[in-house]
Order: sequence, then C-alpha cells, then structure tokens
Amino acid sequence: MINQGYVVAGYLITFLGLGAYAAWILVRGRRLSAKVPEERRRWM
Amino acid sequence: MNQTTTGGSPAHTGSRGSRIVGLLAAGGAVALLVFALVLSPADRIQGEAVRLMYVHVPAAICMYLCVGLLGLGSALWLVKRTPGWDVLAAAAAEVGLVFTALTLLTGMLWGRPTWGVYWVWDARLTTTAMLAVLLAGYLALRRVPATAESRSRRAAVAGLLVVIDLPLIHYSVSWWRTLHQGETIATTDVKIDGLMLFSLVLGMAVGVLVTVWLLIHRFRVAWLEEEVEQGGLDLALAERRAEAEVGA
Repeated sequence: MINQGYVVAGYLITFLGLGAYAAWILVRGRRLSAKVPEERRRWM
Repeated sequence: MNQTTTGGSPAHTGSRGSRIVGLLAAGGAVALLVFALVLSPADRIQGEAVRLMYVHVPAAICMYLCVGLLGLGSALWLVKRTPGWDVLAAAAAEVGLVFTALTLLTGMLWGRPTWGVYWVWDARLTTTAMLAVLLAGYLALRRVPATAESRSRRAAVAGLLVVIDLPLIHYSVSWWRTLHQGETIATTDVKIDGLMLFSLVLGMAVGVLVTVWLLIHRFRVAWLEEEVEQGGLDLALAERRAEAEVGA
C-alpha cells in the first residue's frame, strides 16, 4: 500500500478529467443545438 | 427534462447509438475499477503502482486512435473537400489532446514510484509532450479568423504534420535508449498474464468506447459550431445586401 496515493491520484485525474470534459461537451451541445434548426441536426 | 427547439425535438447531441455506446462505456468503467483496483494482484516488483498501467496504457492507445483519426480526416478533406472530414479532424484533435494530457499525467504519477522522478527528458516522454504542444497549436490555428475554405486547408496540412509525431512516439523506445519500458503486449512474447492482462485489455476496450462516445458528441458539437457560424455569416450578408439596396 506504499504507493496507494499515486494510484488514487491517477484514477481520480482520469475519471474526473474525462467526466468533466464529457459534461462540458454535453452542455455545449445543448446550448448550440437550441440555436440550430432541427433539419440541420442530422443525427436527430 | 430535455431542452427543446421550435420543432419540439430534444436539443442535444445524443442519439440512440451514442446512448448505447455511453451505457457500455459507463458499465465497462465500473467493471474496470473493480478489476483494476480490487481483483488484479499487486506486482512483485512495482507493488500497487502497477495499477496505474490500467489507465495509463489505455489513455495512450486512445491518444494514438484520435491522432490517427486527425490524420485520416485531414487527408480525406484534402482529397474530397467535404466539411465532415474537417469537422472529424477538429473533434479528434481536441479529444486527442485530452487523452495526451491524461497519458502524460498518469505516466508522471506512475514514474514517481517506479523511476523515482515525475519527469525526465526521455525520448518517449519528450515526443509525447511534443504531441500535446502540436495538438494545442493545431487547435489554436483553427481559431485564427479566416474563410471556411482556407481554415480547413491550413488545418488539414497542420493535421498531417501533427501525425508525423506518432511513429516517433511509438518507436522512440526502440530507436533511442530510454528510461521508459519497451513494448509489453504489442509483441508475440507477452510478458504479463492472468488478471493483469485481462484488466489491461478491459481498460483498452473501455478506453475505446469512451473515445468513440466523446468523438460522436464532439463531432456533433463541432458541426453545430459550423452551422451557427454559417448562420451568422448568412445573416450578416443579408443585412449588408439590404443596406446596399437601400443606399442604391
């Protein structure tokens, strides 16, 4: 358990970093989607 | 509750496909935490620090995947000149920068207990840091004001230049004497086994799913950015024409 701190830090950075980035993309997508007509959003 | 537009459909970048990928990625991430932190054993030499391998190596694989897609999108834009390839390159560059940063950070945290230092100007680390700088430069170049055509053209050329760093990173451990270990599983002589290998492969699979999910959403966000920008340009042109007609 000597190196537990490095392991915990590595997993926190990875999971929180990816989670924060994913949340930012979703929020930005929602804001921009509201400005673009439905027919221009081809994935709907 | 979903935000809606005038058409009544939800205003977001999700779709059935992206939700399936997202659920698989989330489930896989939970399984990875169990295997990587609980079920897999500590290493005989590295001890607990080996558990960082299950996030560091997948992050590096995802970095390679994204930069490869950046190169593909850039090359195909130069050939076909369709906006989708340029948008794919932009999305891949940003997601790739995130994974490059994670690769560097988790590598530093793994390096401290195993090498005794967070950072050393080793060939593998230096070429990976170079990739982070190149990707940041690529994204900055895309923000320089220009017409859509010239922005896409110079971004495509820059994207292809960024990709040159990939083989340098990959073969750095063979071409130069480095502190970083050589290939562990990308050879016929696999040096790890059992639960460690399973956890590593699971980490890679989860990493690819997360990358696909991020790329789908980031692609759609980049597409929406182009649409909003184009809409603003069309409006400005219409206003300018109306002013000119009034003046005449």
